Amino acid sequence: MSTAPTGPALELAASVRRGERSAADVVDEALAAVAARDPELHAFTLVTADVAREQAAAVDRAVADGRDPGPLCGVPVAVKDNLCTRGIETTCSSRILAGWRPPYEATAVRRLRDAGAVLVGKTNLDEFAMGSSTENSATGPTRNPHDVTRVPGGSSGGSAAAVAAGLVPVALGSDTGGSVRQPASLCGVVGFKPTYGTVSRYGLVAFASSLDQIGPLSLTVEDTALVFDVIGGHDPLDSTSLDRPAPRVLDGLGEPVDGLVIGVVAELVEAATPDVAARCRQAAEALAEAGARIEEVSIPEARLGLSAYYLIAPGEASSNLARYDGVRYGLRVDADDTVAMNTATRTAGFGDEVKRRIMLGTYVLSAGYMDAYYNQALRARTRIIEAFDAAYARCDALIGPTSPTTAFPLGSKTDDLLAMYRNDVCTVPCNLTGQPAVSVPFGSGDDGLPVGVQVLGPLLSEPTVLRVAAALEASVPAGTPPVPVPAAAGGSTGGGAGS
Amino acid sequence: MTAEWEAVIGLEVHCELKTRTKLFCGCRNEFGADPNTNICPTCVGLPGALPVLNRRAVELAMALGAALDCEIRPSTFHRKNYFYPDQAKDYQISQYDEPINVDGALELADGSRVGIVRAHLEEDTGKTVHAGTSGRIHGADYSLVDYNRSGVPLVEIVSGPDIRSAEAARSYVTELRGILVASGASDGKMEEGSMRVDANVSVRRPGEPFGTRCEIKNLNSVRSVGRAIEFEIARQVDLLEGGDQVVQETRHWDEDAGRTVALRSKEEAYDYRYFLEPDLVPLEPEPDWIRAVRDSIEMLPRARRERLAELLDGEGPLPASRLDQIATVVGLGLDDLVVATVASGVPPALALSRTANEAATDAEAARRLSITSYAGLLRMEAEGSLTSTQAKTVLGDLLAGKGDDPAALATARGFEAMSADSLATAVAEVVAANPEQWERFRAGGEKADKLVGFFVGQVMRATSGQADAKAVAAELHRLRG
Repeated sequence: MSTAPTGPALELAASVRRGERSAADVVDEALAAVAARDPELHAFTLVTADVAREQAAAVDRAVADGRDPGPLCGVPVAVKDNLCTRGIETTCSSRILAGWRPPYEATAVRRLRDAGAVLVGKTNLDEFAMGSSTENSATGPTRNPHDVTRVPGGSSGGSAAAVAAGLVPVALGSDTGGSVRQPASLCGVVGFKPTYGTVSRYGLVAFASSLDQIGPLSLTVEDTALVFDVIGGHDPLDSTSLDRPAPRVLDGLGEPVDGLVIGVVAELVEAATPDVAARCRQAAEALAEAGARIEEVSIPEARLGLSAYYLIAPGEASSNLARYDGVRYGLRVDADDTVAMNTATRTAGFGDEVKRRIMLGTYVLSAGYMDAYYNQALRARTRIIEAFDAAYARCDALIGPTSPTTAFPLGSKTDDLLAMYRNDVCTVPCNLTGQPAVSVPFGSGDDGLPVGVQVLGPLLSEPTVLRVAAALEASVPAGTPPVPVPAAAGGSTGGGAGS
Repeated sequence: MTAEWEAVIGLEVHCELKTRTKLFCGCRNEFGADPNTNICPTCVGLPGALPVLNRRAVELAMALGAALDCEIRPSTFHRKNYFYPDQAKDYQISQYDEPINVDGALELADGSRVGIVRAHLEEDTGKTVHAGTSGRIHGADYSLVDYNRSGVPLVEIVSGPDIRSAEAARSYVTELRGILVASGASDGKMEEGSMRVDANVSVRRPGEPFGTRCEIKNLNSVRSVGRAIEFEIARQVDLLEGGDQVVQETRHWDEDAGRTVALRSKEEAYDYRYFLEPDLVPLEPEPDWIRAVRDSIEMLPRARRERLAELLDGEGPLPASRLDQIATVVGLGLDDLVVATVASGVPPALALSRTANEAATDAEAARRLSITSYAGLLRMEAEGSLTSTQAKTVLGDLLAGKGDDPAALATARGFEAMSADSLATAVAEVVAANPEQWERFRAGGEKADKLVGFFVGQVMRATSGQADAKAVAAELHRLRG
């Protein structure tokens, strides 16, 4: 691949570090690409050109002084707009936070910056990360670069589209029920959700605290490992942050998958359309050829995941979003007393899906219903954890589809709530268990659109999971839509040369 | 109130812990700063902020639990969800069904026991100021919220429904305050809001089940606690004796009007939707840490009172007056002074009386007295080199910081000991000058003993106050034979 700004971050950083390219040139090219393509895609909610140029200049000064700016030296990055960026508007794609500038910075964002990355802008999402298509954004949907009549997935649709369109090589998203992996799958890029607790949630606007994790989206598995090594590691500001040093998975990525036992999860495969399921089996064969032992695995409890998720996540969200009351920051719609003011503010400020989930979450936590719904979902969660643990007693890793389908047309599921929720059926189990999972582009569907295969592993098995992902990446079938998507190709279905 | 009603009272005391920083963030825990100057993303509830537990707060909570004889346990945090402007996240992080301290007890000065059901950790809210004529929320033009207090660590101490009178409630609050200060957990400054009391009050006929209770809020002094509970008991008894029901409600104590007032009534209890706080991990203090905290508790008030009582040990149970003196001395933190004084040879009864009655008038200065000076003074009194009146005067000088040496201070005042001879002479002269009274005194009996006062007064006048009253009385009795 080229080392244009749209090329992989690892090589880009190396070339800037060696002085072959200036960070200033790189960021200018990125900003030009954004200006050219984003008006159609709406991947970005905010382009931070001035900040980007300042940061690039600082990188160039450091290189000129003989200092190493860090592993992401001069790499343009985009950050999902639910990650706090100091002094830079952070809206969660919601009217209730329109214009809000955090006085502080998310730890993950700070670590990117400290590693020499250059912030090109904030990306579009489903409002407060609630959605699977980025159609719930207060500023309008993001479009899939492979076919602009289709969704990019969600909720990190903006980040996925920005990477897939070659606007930036890496972006950060957040994954609560699949919101990094599913859009990665639909956009044909790599999307990774690490083990819960490996990346600090400080500064990530909370949706569901026991499920949220920050993860990278990128063009290559190597870049994913690179970014994870930068943003991961203990943070004293997050009490749920694991007391472990920063990871170093990039180094071990090339190790072969010989002898690994990899299970194909029947319940995930059967949730998918036949073309997607076929790609998943093809992936299993590719791994077998690479020396892994493939097993058929059944985890019936995985079927409980969607229901459990849609009780636990809204429950926690109803509490996490209570703070948007018009008192301290964000939108305020005035009224005669605080209750009326709270109500008017939240009515005007929240979109429909957010309201639905807050109501649902309040209901499942309420007296008389909590045990039947929320606590029952927690019990189901335990069963799911135990079932996956049992599978990992026999397997080193598992695979399955990431998304049941390829990218669907904009507006095709917005009237059918459950159809929209079912997009998450393959991804939610790993949020419930806290285990790591990565989506790797692997082939295309019958419609020529990207398919993602998901690699899952036990807690803290990032090295194994990414190794398997790298092996899949090395054997992608012909017909896998190339990324970045060339500018001309995105206008119609079946984008991508060859098949 | 007719005699057949029994009051049943339980107290919930919110105690601010004396930490440097807040419960879940590094903001300063300090009273009186300019509004919204001790705040950060976490205690103001900004999007994306997270709580991190303050270890010192846990330590003080355990110290408090140990001082109240509680079992200290592994515990978890829960979210208590409700909307209010001074609640920065619109939920409070508290402890629900697994609190850190359970099953303790507090012994009142009179020996009765009040159970402590639990004492758990939670964060405080901000403070709201209503701008309008009454300062209350109703009719206010606007309200301002100060989040300096938001996130300050609290321990909520819940007593059992074991208290039976307003008097006992006051005693409980006083004793609890002493324990909180002694354990290091709190500065006990109720006037700064360090301790806030809510009272649950109901009445019943003895032997019957508990009646409907009302919760009274806004009790910020020991006096308010007593007055409010007295009022409430009477109010409930009047209602019931008049054939009405007591409505379960929350009432506000109006200090000026001297009555409890129903707050705007809520139809049902609020549903707080408690669930386990996902941003925190369970709290499991290491057993060594718990042990160290228990061992480090300073002597508690009850033990201090017992220590003084033992000094006076002798003839059976102490009279109420002595117990009062002991309570006063311990309550003012002057018991170490008494113990040290006795250790250097001063009679215990004198040390206690002088400290409880005189030194206590300026307790702050008394706590700064040097043992040498104070004990020296009391020894002079004990030996008779100073009369009690003179000793009290010199003590006043010591407290006022006029000097360190009681002998020098006495001399400066012109106080001298009267020798036994000059005392005897003075008494003899007064006796001779008052033959009638002397005959009546010699006759003996109750009336005669009252004449001691007359003679003492005369001797005092004759000696310009230098005679010691007790020595005069002793001489009179000696003369009488």
